Amino acid sequence: MIDREQVLHVARLARLRLSEEEVDRMAGEMSTILEHVETMNELDLEGVEPTTHVVELQNVLREDVPRDSLPRELALEQAPDPADGGFRVPTPGHG
Amino acid sequence: MTDLLAMTAVQQAERIRAGEVSPREAFDFWRGRAEADDLGSYLWVAEEAPADLGELPPVAVKDLFCVEGVPSAAGSRILEGYRPPYTATSVRNLRSAGAAVLGKTNQDEFAMGSSNENSGFGPVQNPWDRERVPGGSSGGSAAAVAAGNAPWAIGTDTGGSIRQPASLCGVVGLKPTYGAVSRYGMIAFASSLDQCGPLTRDVTDAALLFRHLVGRDPCDSTSLAFPEEVALPTAERLDGLRFGVWGLGEEGLDPGVADVVRATLGRLEELGGGVEEIELPSARHGIAAYYVIAPAEASANLARYDGVRYGPRSGDGDLTAMYEQTRHDGFGDEVKRRIMIGTYALSSGYYEAYYGTAQKVRTRIADDFRAAFERVDFVVTPTSPTVAFELGERTADPLAMYLSDYFTVPMPLAGIPAVSIPCGLSEGLPVGFQIAGPAFSESRILDAAYALERAIGFEGVPRT
Repeated sequence: MIDREQVLHVARLARLRLSEEEVDRMAGEMSTILEHVETMNELDLEGVEPTTHVVELQNVLREDVPRDSLPRELALEQAPDPADGGFRVPTPGHG
Repeated sequence: MTDLLAMTAVQQAERIRAGEVSPREAFDFWRGRAEADDLGSYLWVAEEAPADLGELPPVAVKDLFCVEGVPSAAGSRILEGYRPPYTATSVRNLRSAGAAVLGKTNQDEFAMGSSNENSGFGPVQNPWDRERVPGGSSGGSAAAVAAGNAPWAIGTDTGGSIRQPASLCGVVGLKPTYGAVSRYGMIAFASSLDQCGPLTRDVTDAALLFRHLVGRDPCDSTSLAFPEEVALPTAERLDGLRFGVWGLGEEGLDPGVADVVRATLGRLEELGGGVEEIELPSARHGIAAYYVIAPAEASANLARYDGVRYGPRSGDGDLTAMYEQTRHDGFGDEVKRRIMIGTYALSSGYYEAYYGTAQKVRTRIADDFRAAFERVDFVVTPTSPTVAFELGERTADPLAMYLSDYFTVPMPLAGIPAVSIPCGLSEGLPVGFQIAGPAFSESRILDAAYALERAIGFEGVPRT
C-alpha cells in the first residue's frame, strides 16, 4: 500500500533520514499499520463531530502581566553549538 | 530498618511522622535499594538526600519528567545528557508534599511502547520472571515498585503506559482524568492523551500519591482544579454498585487471564456489587483511532528534536542535512515509525481520511462510555490481554505489540480515569483488573478498588 517513493516523501516532510534498509522495512510496516487503522472506516461516522479535546474547557486566559522568562545563558547552556548569545546552525541549503 | 521494605508508603509515612524513622533514614534506605536494582529499572539514582526532606518516602520518577539539573531524557538518545533548567509541576507538587525524587526510571523512548524494549538505554526485566518484559512504557517505575526498589513511583499513561506495566508487574497503577494532573514539564508524546499518575504497592498508596499530584496549574492550560480533596479509600463492601464488564469475549484474550478476571467478577458479587455485561460498540476501533491520533500528535511534538537547542547533533552538510542526520541517529525504530505514520496521517490529502476520522471515532468511544455510565457505575475489563510476554517476543511485529493496549486505549481516548489492580496469577504471572469510571470519579474508583483489593489479598513478588 505504501511504496518506497511515499516513504521517502514522508521522511523528507518529517526531516528524517532513513537508511536504505530502513526505507524498505518502513514501507512494509507502515502498510500493515495503516491497513489496521483503516478498519475504523467500518464505523458509520456520518454526522459525528470530531473530538479535539476531551474535557469541557473554554478559552483559558491569564492576566497580561510581564514576568521573567528563562535567562538567556540558561537557555543556551544545553545547546550543541551556542555562539554570540544564540544557537549557531549550519548554513541553510537549497534542499 | 529492613522492615521499611515490608511496609506500604502510607505505613512508612506514618512511622516518619511518629518520629520512629527519620526522613533521612527512609531516604537512605531507598537510595540503597535503588542503587542496588539490577533489573534495569533506573536510569539515574539520586546521589544524596536533599536538604529539605519531608515526611513522605521518596518517589521514583519516570525519566520523561523534567527535574532541574537531573538527567531527563525520556528514554531517548536524542536527549542523552539533557539536564532541564526547570522541574515538572507534578514533581514539584510531590516535593512540596514531602516526597523527594529518588531516581529516574527507565521507559520506552518518548513513552512509545508496551514492553520497555524501546528504551534508548536498554530493557527492563520483570521481577516475576527476568526473561519477561515489565510492560511499558512506564516499565522501570512498575518494576522498581514491584521489586521493592522504590516505595512508590509516578509514570505517564497515553494509551495504557501506567496500567499495562502495573498489570504485568503486579502493582497498582492509576491513569487519572485528563486534566487532573498538570502536564507541565512532562516531555510530550501525545498532548491530548498524556496524563501523569501513580504506580504503587497498593490502592491506598495510589490515593495518597494522587492526592498530592492533582491541581490546576497556570503553566498547563488544559489542567483543571480537582473537584474535591482525594479521599483515602475505606470501603469494605460494594453494595448497590453496578459493574459493567467489557471485553471478556475478545478473541485476543488469553484464556488463563480470562479465568482470573472471571473469578474477580465473582468477588465483586460476594462484596455486594452487581455485575452485568455491557457493550462499547466503538471501543474495538480504539487501537485504530489511537494509532492515528497518538502518532500524529507525536510527529508534531517531536519536531523540536533537531540538534539546535539541546541534545547531540550530527551531520556535516547544510542545515537540512543536519536536522535529518541528527534525527536519524537520535531516534530509535519505534519512534521513527510513529513519526512516519503521524506525518503521513497529517500530510496534505490524507488529513481528513485519517486524523479527522480518528477524531470522530474518539467521539463515538466517549459516547459509548457516557451511555454505559447511565447503566453502571464502573466499566471493568482485563487490563492486558495476556500476562507478561518474553523479551523479544513481539519486537518484530509492531502491530502485535500495539494490540497489547486493546483494553487500555479507549479510556484515554474518552479522557476518563481507570485503575489497574493485581487480581491473581496465571502461569505464575500477575493479572491486572481494570476499573474505569466517569471523569473525576477517581475517589470512587479507588474506593471500589480498595474493597476488592482486600478481598483478593494479592501477594506481590517476594522482595529480597
